[in-house]
Amino acid sequence: MGKLIRRAAAMAAIVVVGGLLSATLVRLAPGFDVDEQQLDWRLNSDSVEALRQAHSQDRNVTAFYLHYLTRAVRGDFGQSRTLHRPVRELLAQRLPVTTRLAGLGLLAGWLCAVLLAVGATMARRAACDVAATLLSGIFLSVPAAVLALLFTFADAPAYLAIALVVFPKVFSYTRNLLAKSYASPHLVTAYAKGISPVRILIWHVLPVVGTQLLAVAGISVSIALGAAVPVEALCGIAGIGQLAWQAALGRDLPLLVNLTALVTVITLAANWGSEFAGQRFRTVAA
Amino acid sequence: MKRTRQIGWLLLSLITLAALGAGVWAPADYATQFREMPNSPPSHQHLLGTDELGRDRFSRVLYGTRVSLLMAPAAALLSTLLATLVGGIAGYLDGWWERAAMGVADLFLSMPWLFLLLAVRAMLPLNVAPITSVAVTFLLLGLLGWAASARVLCAGARDLRNSDFVLQARASGVRGLRLLAIHVVPNLKPVLLAQFWISIPVFIISEANLGILGLGVAEPLPSWGSLLRELESFTSFGFEAWKLVPLVLLVLVVSSFQIVLSADEGYA
Repeated sequence: MGKLIRRAAAMAAIVVVGGLLSATLVRLAPGFDVDEQQLDWRLNSDSVEALRQAHSQDRNVTAFYLHYLTRAVRGDFGQSRTLHRPVRELLAQRLPVTTRLAGLGLLAGWLCAVLLAVGATMARRAACDVAATLLSGIFLSVPAAVLALLFTFADAPAYLAIALVVFPKVFSYTRNLLAKSYASPHLVTAYAKGISPVRILIWHVLPVVGTQLLAVAGISVSIALGAAVPVEALCGIAGIGQLAWQAALGRDLPLLVNLTALVTVITLAANWGSEFAGQRFRTVAA
Repeated sequence: MKRTRQIGWLLLSLITLAALGAGVWAPADYATQFREMPNSPPSHQHLLGTDELGRDRFSRVLYGTRVSLLMAPAAALLSTLLATLVGGIAGYLDGWWERAAMGVADLFLSMPWLFLLLAVRAMLPLNVAPITSVAVTFLLLGLLGWAASARVLCAGARDLRNSDFVLQARASGVRGLRLLAIHVVPNLKPVLLAQFWISIPVFIISEANLGILGLGVAEPLPSWGSLLRELESFTSFGFEAWKLVPLVLLVLVVSSFQIVLSADEGYA
């Protein structure tokens, strides 16, 4: 329990420090305290001055960040500058879309990677291993944005593009783990004794490899979320990836900072969740 | 394995040579427009046809390859230097320094790479001169990509700090910067080189992603990212296969890097 609290505190600290750094960068970004409304010729000098005053509280980074934090605690993440809507509303609307897309992509990517790695290792043929490695190597070399464009062109489901970004990374790790596991003396003996390959896989390989694979699960969430940016942007899917891209093009910095903080929290939670699950798995196995 | 490695090196050398000699081989400048023939198919005059603005695609591919292939190693050099500075010194100094430096590295690693790039890129002006956009894009990659390498270098420096020969050097009165420069950093060279080579394909792919999203190198200067944006108007594999040339080149280069790196791992 104490460990969990420490982890949660560390996560909160990373998010707060990361937020402060982002706020500093946002504050220093060129044109931050300039409001396009100030250029509106219909406004009189009093209105322009009122707009300047409204922005003046944001000039001090610490005050700006504390103001942001107190509002964030109340669930108010501010207003998007380009979309003119509350950030909270935008996140609530778009997060489920990305969760579904990234979730399906992760599932498909993991399934392909693990099945291919198990197949290539169990086949015990150099040709199978080379073919599988070549396939994963090709996908490792293709940018996520290109995959998204090709999937749009082929009219194929967008989550498959995310799956193909996740697949090569999970495959190479799984394949290496399996190869190492199959080379261990007790498995060589098991093979020599004529125990069936499926039995060896289920009883001797997967319990050992499974715990180590859980460590990659957290990292693959980060990979999938990163890939969601070009996939959603280019496939026209209204998720947080597309929102981040729109925010970047429109220099909607408050929205971008909130999005980055949200994605950081999800990534950290996924990493620590997989680590925790790995520990539980090891305890149960022991 | 040796043969595959040789093929990898050969491909990399040929593509780099072709890109470096872009000024010699390219039939036109990357920005020259042939206004009477936009979107033309391959011909004797234009080996890969022209783009929608009537610019010679072959020339743009050569110049774009030069930008990506020269700037990615430059960004990798910058990130490796930063990683050495942060990770190497943190590992060597130990204690509070190490915890603080690795805390910052964790902070960088906790954000998905593309999100981080997008967020920081948006904080800088977007409408800049083409040459400035090249500098900004690759500087950003170099400045943000140090964290993973710093972790590896920190572990390497920590091991060296506790090694017998460093203890011996300390006992002989060698301290501070001299110990770091003469005994620690030279022994980190293999790790440094590995991190440098690993970073190059990562940065090439990142630039391509940023370019396709319109946040990379600005027009009319070509790079693999900006050239791949053409795929947005791609309609057929059969009739417009030449539009895939930048993608094929990118895959070849990144795959060659992987082959060379994995072969190096195998030898180690």
